[in-house]
Amino acid sequence: MAQDESLVLAGRSFRSRLVVGTGRYRDFPTMQAALVASGAEMVTVAVRRLDLAAKGEASLLHWIPQGMQLLPNTAGCFTADDAVRTCRLARELQIGGERPLVKLEVLSDPKTLLPDGEETLAAARILVKEGFDVLPYTSDDPVLARKLEDAGCAAVMPLGAPIGSGLGLRNPYALQMILEHAKVPVIVDAGVGTASDAAICMELGVSGLLINTAIACATDPVAMATAMKLATEAGRLAFRAGRIPRKLYGNASSPLGGVIGGEPARS
Amino acid sequence: MRATLNGEPIELPEPLTVSGLLAHLGVRSERVAVERNGAVIKRARHGEEQLADGDVLEVVSFVGGG
Repeated sequence: MAQDESLVLAGRSFRSRLVVGTGRYRDFPTMQAALVASGAEMVTVAVRRLDLAAKGEASLLHWIPQGMQLLPNTAGCFTADDAVRTCRLARELQIGGERPLVKLEVLSDPKTLLPDGEETLAAARILVKEGFDVLPYTSDDPVLARKLEDAGCAAVMPLGAPIGSGLGLRNPYALQMILEHAKVPVIVDAGVGTASDAAICMELGVSGLLINTAIACATDPVAMATAMKLATEAGRLAFRAGRIPRKLYGNASSPLGGVIGGEPARS
Repeated sequence: MRATLNGEPIELPEPLTVSGLLAHLGVRSERVAVERNGAVIKRARHGEEQLADGDVLEVVSFVGGG
């Protein structure tokens, strides 16, 4: 089999198909070890008001390994306007690069954390016009995914299940429809709970995965980061290898003829 | 002057630029981004951008997130 191509997002090339988050770790050293173990080359970060009381506190960026691409998100935004403002601030925070990658996330409500499609689309149109390379977090609605792609997004990132739920891929059929039509990379963002969930998504042919909670909140985050790395690679390889079709009945892998005590072979 | 900083009312000396504000807060400018009344103030303009009474200011940085 030929060597796999890289994941390309808006002209940037990544050998790893796993993108990981930097939230919810119990401490920075654990986060750093997990980031390294995951093999990821891109990590998400959030933009928040500076805690003015906590001066001199260790900076997150200090603990992100050198050379990792930062992917600022708009997590916590519930309107297109807030998401756009957050991206503009993120652009100012990024060191270099007038065309930053951003993870656009506009949520509907704090309980379900499901994306608000209307606001996401509105924000995507503005951000693309302003020169951002937009990776939108979206529901698994194939129509919305197509609209986001038409709006000029560099990828679409449908959920597998709600953020932090760990429920895995709840609607593989919707994801397959998105995959069939998308001309930009499809990345499953949210819902992956354990390695098998990651492998299932990759086996369906998605271009990559974005995982945070499943690694950060595992009992051993570093071991889980390794498991996710392997599952992402295994799932990708299985996709490229081409799985056998599913059949209802058995199909023997050993020859049925020549069994002892059976009928003699006719010549 | 009175301004709003990260959602809280604050009393600030006058006159004050964005650079002056960050120095007043003890914050290193390369680690933060500043928004004044809804518009980002580019780092290159921090030294000249004058704040005014009633300004709504946001000073943000990167934190862990998914």
